[in-house]
Parts: sequence; C-alpha cells; structure tokens
Amino acid sequence: MTTTGSTEGLLRELAPQVLGVMVRRYGNFADAEDAVQEALVTATTTWPTNGEPENPLGWLIRVAGRRMADQYRQDANRRRREDLAASWSLDVPDPVPGTDDTLVLIFMCCHPLLSPASAIALTLRAVGGLTTREIATAFLVPESTMAQRISRAKAKLKGSDEPFALPAPDQRAERLRSVLHVLYLLFNEGYASSSGPDLARTDLSGEAIRLARSVHAALAKDSEVTGLLALMLLTDARRSARTRPDGELVPLSQQDRRLWDRQLIAEGVVLITGALRQGRVGEYQVQAAIAAVHDQSPSHADTDWSEILTLYGLLERMTGNPMVTLNRAVAAAMAHGPGSGLALLDGLGERLGDHHRLHSVRGHLLEMAGDTQAAVSELRTAAALATNLREQHYLVTEAARLTTELAED
Amino acid sequence: MRYMLLQNYGGVESDCEPMTEWTPGEVKAHIDFQQAMNHGLIERGELVDAQGLAGPEVAKFVVSDGAGAPVITDGPFPESKELLAGYRLVDVESVERAIEIAAQASAAPGQRGLPIRQRIEVREVLSAPDPEV
Repeated sequence: MTTTGSTEGLLRELAPQVLGVMVRRYGNFADAEDAVQEALVTATTTWPTNGEPENPLGWLIRVAGRRMADQYRQDANRRRREDLAASWSLDVPDPVPGTDDTLVLIFMCCHPLLSPASAIALTLRAVGGLTTREIATAFLVPESTMAQRISRAKAKLKGSDEPFALPAPDQRAERLRSVLHVLYLLFNEGYASSSGPDLARTDLSGEAIRLARSVHAALAKDSEVTGLLALMLLTDARRSARTRPDGELVPLSQQDRRLWDRQLIAEGVVLITGALRQGRVGEYQVQAAIAAVHDQSPSHADTDWSEILTLYGLLERMTGNPMVTLNRAVAAAMAHGPGSGLALLDGLGERLGDHHRLHSVRGHLLEMAGDTQAAVSELRTAAALATNLREQHYLVTEAARLTTELAED
Repeated sequence: MRYMLLQNYGGVESDCEPMTEWTPGEVKAHIDFQQAMNHGLIERGELVDAQGLAGPEVAKFVVSDGAGAPVITDGPFPESKELLAGYRLVDVESVERAIEIAAQASAAPGQRGLPIRQRIEVREVLSAPDPEV
C-alpha cells in the first residue's frame, strides 16, 4: 500500500473534519472513528490509482457514512431499531467542518482519563488521520496491539459520557494542560528517535508540530499553547545537526550550527517573543525561551549562559523538577565555572535516583574541572545505566575518549 | 524458520576489555558493524527485530505467588555475566543461514579491530503446527 505524499497530506488534513461531521451526525464517537479510519484506508488504496475525487471531503463523508450504516444494519439484527434511532437523534448542529471540530477532537482524545500512551495513539488516529499500521510501526509494536490500545481508549471515553463539545469553562485550563502534555510527549517520542534497527518510522515530531499548529490556530491567545509550539519549532530546527549520518547523537556543544533550520528558528522566536510579552509565563514558554537563546547563539562558547542560568532558575521554581536542576548545573558551570555546577549536583542523587543523566553531567563537569580520572568513572556508570541506545553509544564513546586521553598522559 | 540469536554479557571469548576502555575509533567501528549488519539483514528480508537491553545495573528480578506482594530483587547482580545483553530475531530459510548470521555477529570488531568472539546462542523459535499434522 503506497500513497503519494500529496494524498497522504490531504487525508491527514481532512481526517478530523470528516470525523467531526460523522460524530455530529451519528453521535457515537467510537463507531464514527472506526468508520472514518476505514474510509481513510480505502482512500489510501484507491486514490493513488483511480485519482483523487473532485470533492475529497464529500467522498470521505459518504464512504464513512456507508460504513456506519452497514455497521448499524448488522447491529439492528440484534437490537431493536427504535433504540438505534434514539441513539442517532442527538441534539447537535450539523456540519460546520473546520478548526473547531479539530479542537474538540483533540480535547477528547487527550482526556486526562487516558494514559499518555493511549491518548497519543488515539490522537494520532482520530485527529492526525494516521492508519493503525502507521502508528504501530512508529511505536514498534504489532498492529493488533496498537488496534487494541486504541479500542480500549475509546471504550474508556464512552464510559465517561463525554459530550462532543469543548470542555466546560471551569475545566478548560486543566484539560488544556493535559492536551499540551500529550503533544509534548509525542514530540519528544519522535525527537528521541528510535531503538532497534532504524526502520522507516512516521515522523512523530512532525505530527506533533502539525497538531500543535492546529491547537494554536484555534487558541492563538493562549500563551502556553504558543509557548509549546515555539518550543517544538525551536527544538526541531536543530534536528539535522543533532544526529550524524550514521544515526549517532551529536551534543549541542558540537553541533554544526550551519545545519540549523533558520526559517523554523525565525518562526519560533517570533512566537515566543509574542507569548512572553503577554505576561502569563508558563513552563513551555520558559523552555522555548531557553531554546531560543541557544538557537540564536553563534557558538556554544558564545552563548549567553547567565541568561540561560536565570531561565533554568525560573523553570526550577515553577516545576520543582530535578531534571531541570541538572540543566541548571550545566548552565552554572558554563557561566561561573565547573565548581559552581558541581555544587548544584550535591544531594540531587536523592531526588533523582541513580539516573544516567546525573552521572553523565557530573562526568562532563569533572572533565571541565580537569579531573579526567573521576570523569571516566562517572561516564562509565552513566553508560551502564543508560536506557536509550543512542545515548548509550554516546556515553560509551565519551568514556572511551577520556580513557584514551588518560593513557596518552 | 525463526531463530533468536542471543548474546550475554559474559560471552566474549577473546581477551577484549569492556567497551568503555576501547578507543573512540574502536567503539565507532563496532557500532558501525552492528548497524551495517542489521541493514544487510533488512535488505535480505531476514530481520524481524534486533534490540539491545539496558544494563544489569537497572535490571530487576520479580517473583510472585499470585497472592501476596511480589518479591523484587534489584541489580547489580553477581551473576550478571549470564544476563542477556541483546538479541536479533531473524526469519531465515535454514538453520545453516542462522548459524552463518550468528558467526558474523560473533566476529564483530573489538579492540585493535580484532574479532571479539562473542558467544551467540542460536535458538529456534517454536512455530505453529504444520498444516498437515
């Protein structure tokens, strides 16, 4: 099954609109979502050979509607038609496809009732228009496992009696937090890259950006939504410099900055500058601000480290996250010397556990301080504790580099 | 036929030191070799899955009688050399081909480019019953 890039793009754009229409018409999210998925799969197989229909949206609605009708006809053999009719007559206005439906769907799929992994899968399918197979491949699980994860998520939502509408105003802020968290995790999943052999995987970071763009289009005034989109763009801008052609990681300090995507950086900087000006600063905005400082610096050495240190301090107070403290220690070392960074690491072990990043940061700061012997031992520990293949390779190579230095001295 | 090619931490039969004591060039050559091997297997349509596992330091053993709380033992373990380090799952025409792949993996380059002579355990994956049985 191959689809041309344009068909794929068009289907993904239309998917939430079709689903919005279907849910409004039939009032049953779980069944409508299945019907739309089948229509999309049919389109991916027939459009490339038969050509795109003149009205693609209308085509998809018609095919999905037919599936839905078939489904109900089968059910009618078991159930009474009256029950069925009742379930159809939902008091919702008919099609006004567009961004509003997309936003309602995202809120629904990123429901706090669902685990992040289920919410991500459901969002990719229902809003992103990806097929179950594509999602399964992206997460390296069998297709049947992914299909089951998605049905269970839908069953859970069904049980919650969620109306097809935006969350009530008093719940809006909390629900939006959950949406942003899911999109953030999706982006990171794509960015952290794969384990195992490098098979072609769907560009999850790209999907996260696309979804964040549609949330931003609907909620442009929310500064944290803008902050998250800016963070994604400013991070994604560095993507091609972040890995070598063989897939191995390149740390920020060694990246070839000429490979950074200037267009994404410019867009991200405009977004984050505008968001910060609104004055309701949240954690995604601070992270985006940090990314913006890096992206606009000519080199690692010529980075405004005291600005970064201040921003990490702010982020640390907002989140209380020990991982942030770890980053603050790196910034402190760059701004005021390794001793200042190492001092911040004291006692962090109790809060962070025996985490490989703690050892890797301590290793690098010890190297900066000239204590190569101790640095090697920290990096070896970090390599042994690493749970990401790329990071493990990087840490092993770093430990090897310092061991060689020691042997040459 | 599916075969699981397993490698343990202690299975190196050369006098190779742990990887963190190699030179960066030696580490790179080893990693490149593993990746090239996987790509070769993908191109021949033989690779099902290949994964490395996180180290014994973060491993756990869990035993439960189904009623009470499970007994969890955290690493590191004295017997960590017997722990699985990683595996390749291949789908091949014959056991000879599985052995050929295992031999190739075993001779991965180590220090000074010499083969590490990793011991590879070759295990056939139980298959569905033959349709004629």
